[in-house]
Amino acid sequence: MSGAAMQIASPRLPRWAPGLVGVMALAVAGLPAILSGWGVVAWLLAALLVFAVAMPLWSRLVEGRRAAVDRLVTTLVWASFVFAVSPLIWVLWVVVSQGLPAINVDFLTTSMLNVIGDEQGGIYHALLGTLLVTLAATIISVPIGILTAIYLVEYGARSRAARTITFLVDVMTGIPSIVAGLFALSLFVLIFGPAYRSGFGGAVALSLLMIPTVVRSSEEMFRLVPSDLREASYALGVPKWRTILRVVLPTSIGGVVTGVVLAISRVIGETAPLLVVAGATDGVNTNLFDGRMTTLPVFIFSQYSSSTPIGYERAWGGALVLIVLVMVLNLIARIIGRIFAPAKGH
Amino acid sequence: MTATASPERTESTGKPRPSQRGDRAFAAIVRVAAFMILAALVAVFVFLAIEGWSGFTDVPETYAPFTSFLTYIEPLVVSTILASAIAVIVAVPFSIGIALFISHYAPRRLSAVLAYLVDLLAAVPSVVFGLWGGRYLAAYLQPMQVWLHDHFGFLPFFGPGPPTPNGRSLFTAGIVLAIMILPIITAITREVFVQTPRLHEEAALALGATRWEMVRYAVLPYARSGMVSAIMLGLGRALGETMAVAMVLATTPETTLNVIGVASPPTIAANIALNYKEATPQRQSLLIATGLVLFVATFLVNYVARWVAGRNARKMAR
Amino acid sequence: MNTSTLRRIALPAVAALTVGLTLTACGDKNSASGGGGGTTLSGGGATSQANAQQTWRANYQKQNGGTINYEEVGSGTGVENFSSGAYSFAGTDAYLDSDQMSAAKSQCGADPIEVPAYVSPIAVAFNLSGVKSLNMDSKTIADIFAGKITKWNDPEIASQNSGAKLPDTAISTVHRSDESGTTFNFTDYLSKASNGAWSADPNTVWPSSAKGGQGADGTSGVMGILTDTPGAIGYADDSAVKADGTLGVVSLKVGSSYNPPTAEGAANVLAASPPAPDQPPTSMATDIDRTATAPGDYPLMLVSYLLACQTYSDSGTADTVKGYLTYVVSSDGQQAAAKTAGSAPLDSKLSDKATSIISKISSGS
Repeated sequence: MSGAAMQIASPRLPRWAPGLVGVMALAVAGLPAILSGWGVVAWLLAALLVFAVAMPLWSRLVEGRRAAVDRLVTTLVWASFVFAVSPLIWVLWVVVSQGLPAINVDFLTTSMLNVIGDEQGGIYHALLGTLLVTLAATIISVPIGILTAIYLVEYGARSRAARTITFLVDVMTGIPSIVAGLFALSLFVLIFGPAYRSGFGGAVALSLLMIPTVVRSSEEMFRLVPSDLREASYALGVPKWRTILRVVLPTSIGGVVTGVVLAISRVIGETAPLLVVAGATDGVNTNLFDGRMTTLPVFIFSQYSSSTPIGYERAWGGALVLIVLVMVLNLIARIIGRIFAPAKGH
Repeated sequence: MTATASPERTESTGKPRPSQRGDRAFAAIVRVAAFMILAALVAVFVFLAIEGWSGFTDVPETYAPFTSFLTYIEPLVVSTILASAIAVIVAVPFSIGIALFISHYAPRRLSAVLAYLVDLLAAVPSVVFGLWGGRYLAAYLQPMQVWLHDHFGFLPFFGPGPPTPNGRSLFTAGIVLAIMILPIITAITREVFVQTPRLHEEAALALGATRWEMVRYAVLPYARSGMVSAIMLGLGRALGETMAVAMVLATTPETTLNVIGVASPPTIAANIALNYKEATPQRQSLLIATGLVLFVATFLVNYVARWVAGRNARKMAR
Repeated sequence: MNTSTLRRIALPAVAALTVGLTLTACGDKNSASGGGGGTTLSGGGATSQANAQQTWRANYQKQNGGTINYEEVGSGTGVENFSSGAYSFAGTDAYLDSDQMSAAKSQCGADPIEVPAYVSPIAVAFNLSGVKSLNMDSKTIADIFAGKITKWNDPEIASQNSGAKLPDTAISTVHRSDESGTTFNFTDYLSKASNGAWSADPNTVWPSSAKGGQGADGTSGVMGILTDTPGAIGYADDSAVKADGTLGVVSLKVGSSYNPPTAEGAANVLAASPPAPDQPPTSMATDIDRTATAPGDYPLMLVSYLLACQTYSDSGTADTVKGYLTYVVSSDGQQAAAKTAGSAPLDSKLSDKATSIISKISSGS
């Protein structure tokens, strides 16, 4: 190290220093880990602790106090990330490893009707229920959501009413799902009597959760539409409503659909509201408006609640199917988003 | 904004033409849709109030094993606050750490992937978290809770009374809640962190600040109210989350502050999910009444959160 | 641009729809096995009958066609819906009180039918490795569930179990967190048989005065905690405990001997119990004798009834209710439930009496 360099910059640890300390921390923590038979997690935790002490300490000796604090925070930030991702990996691993053995053709194509004891049974009725209820919720919330977004962007502009609605939409995203379920229950019980349960009630509850997401995402997309397009249309004498339907909507359709699909993937896993208003039944029910209708999340919950080995197995199988469904929807949303990504340089 | 201002003008100056009838009709449809949002929120309140009203002042037997609405809901409120507090206390440092990691620490190419991973965490349905919490996490966290009881049992939150025999405590439920609200807090704080003016950050670095000092003096002060808002939104979510608590917790009617004890009362939301099935019409009203309380509480929390965020946005716009 | 955009959207939409329709077209294999046609009957109520109802419905539907629904909504809601006419029959764990009786009577136009359908011992089960059976008197059980006995090697338990290896582990009790007929019968037994060791009144909701237990939702929830937790003790329908098979079971002190839960013990107690006061002739409501002392008796048990009207305006409904209930109380039905749900079959005297009451069901008024 030359003297000239010393004067311009303070001494720095070499780039490979964190790596070296990391390996040493693993080794140091490994000793008691082997001696007292800790698990992998405890070993890694101890290694992290050693690293979080050793790295700043070394830095303190060479680079000074401020750099040491920086090193410590960097360590903590990295650690917090690893910590947060580990439950995700754990959950996914458990769902896949426990769920995969439960899944076969019969599991997907039979219901729980007349299934007694340890017979396998299946999720067909729940899958159908989930698709129907989610479809109904989508049919209710997409028009309302998109029209509201059109109002906010094209009509409301900066008016007080529009600001209030934007604010309410934000607040609405925070409604607990079970409250949405209770609302639908109250509404329908008031009309049809205390024993009323139906898939449609579930759809109403889900729409309450879905509308704000659709409004926010479509609103954002409409705002992205360049104003030149609108003005060009007006200049040609096209009325406003046709401009919106023929120019604004088609231009932003990709983003809007992406938003809708993401909204669907959010509500498809909702359990609490459906538990309350759609209930559960063993067999297939394809009538949204009459009678209990099992959905996949509720099926998982009721099988978990049965506390039997076969029940747990069915629950994990259902969970795997549900996760795959959610992931596929997310993927579709991403693909649509990419295909329709606003083309640059028109 | 300019794009929307100009069409308004053309509309007001033009003479009535056939096409304007279409315009008026469409405008009316759009307005109706927008005001349905308002109507829906009012309807939630009104219908819960109508159906739940008798639940507030029913005959004592309805509230068994308690005798009035207040004594019935008190243990539920205490548990709801405790579980949400655990969730927020655990989730906030991690969320801020991850948000910082994605916005300022991770290699640029990695950060997009990482952001996606956190979004993935948000996409996992709550019932799956509940299943995992009940079957795996509870047993895994049980020894830790025994340790907490042995060493910190003098604190009201970790004693008295024996620690949980199977991990089905409010503590475990709170941890599951923490994992569930983490993506929300992370997403919002990340967004505010990214919005920190580049100029401030570069100025700090140019003055010789380390990366942490740059974060501390340029990023965090800028993002403070955004972070408060994010935490409030996370709190709102934790207050209303149902399945994770319902599937993990072993319950008791007795109010307790001990979060690692044998059992705790369920949260308001979990109590509804656990009791709706066998509910008589009277109990159903009672459950809806507790739901109304939950709705008002989460509404207020969200209201304040959005108000803080809005004030911040207005301040930044100036 | 407009049309091409729509086309790009339309393609995946059509694809998704096709997948959905194919899925629907597959049909459900299980529903294909059910007989077609026939009347649809809606009923519901007590969850304790759930397993048995599933068996009865499956068997009855396979033989006679039609659809019989049983919604597990709990006794209270079941009775409520029966009285409002929403259900043609209902299951309840507690016999009707006078208010419920008059409401049901005005709906039916005559005294309602109330017959025992599901009789089951309630087991006190525990999770101690290596210990399959323990003797306890009702006072000991009351003290454990009230939180007064907290260790498995407590002298009160040890003195009744000489020779059993009792560890120094803490006892954690498990009870139902929801409203339940099982809880009612368990607390009813404790308050009547424990000579004052249990102070709370019998109730469908677990009393808050009993400290320190874990609550769980439903019989299955209790079983879940019991099997997961070393040192736990709880009460659950005997069928669930037998089906699981890993838990130890308490033998109750009855008279001077200790009896394990058996179907015969429960059936004997029911047969010897006095009829409930002020009941119409169409009701077989019974006040269970919790202090029965005959050899083999097991008085910690649950009786679940079925409610029906004597007349229905619709002849299809009348015939189906009559046929279904007759099957349920018949020795066939009772044996089937005993096999899958582990219930105690009604003895022939009770079964015959129930059958003769059910035979009064007719259409028209």
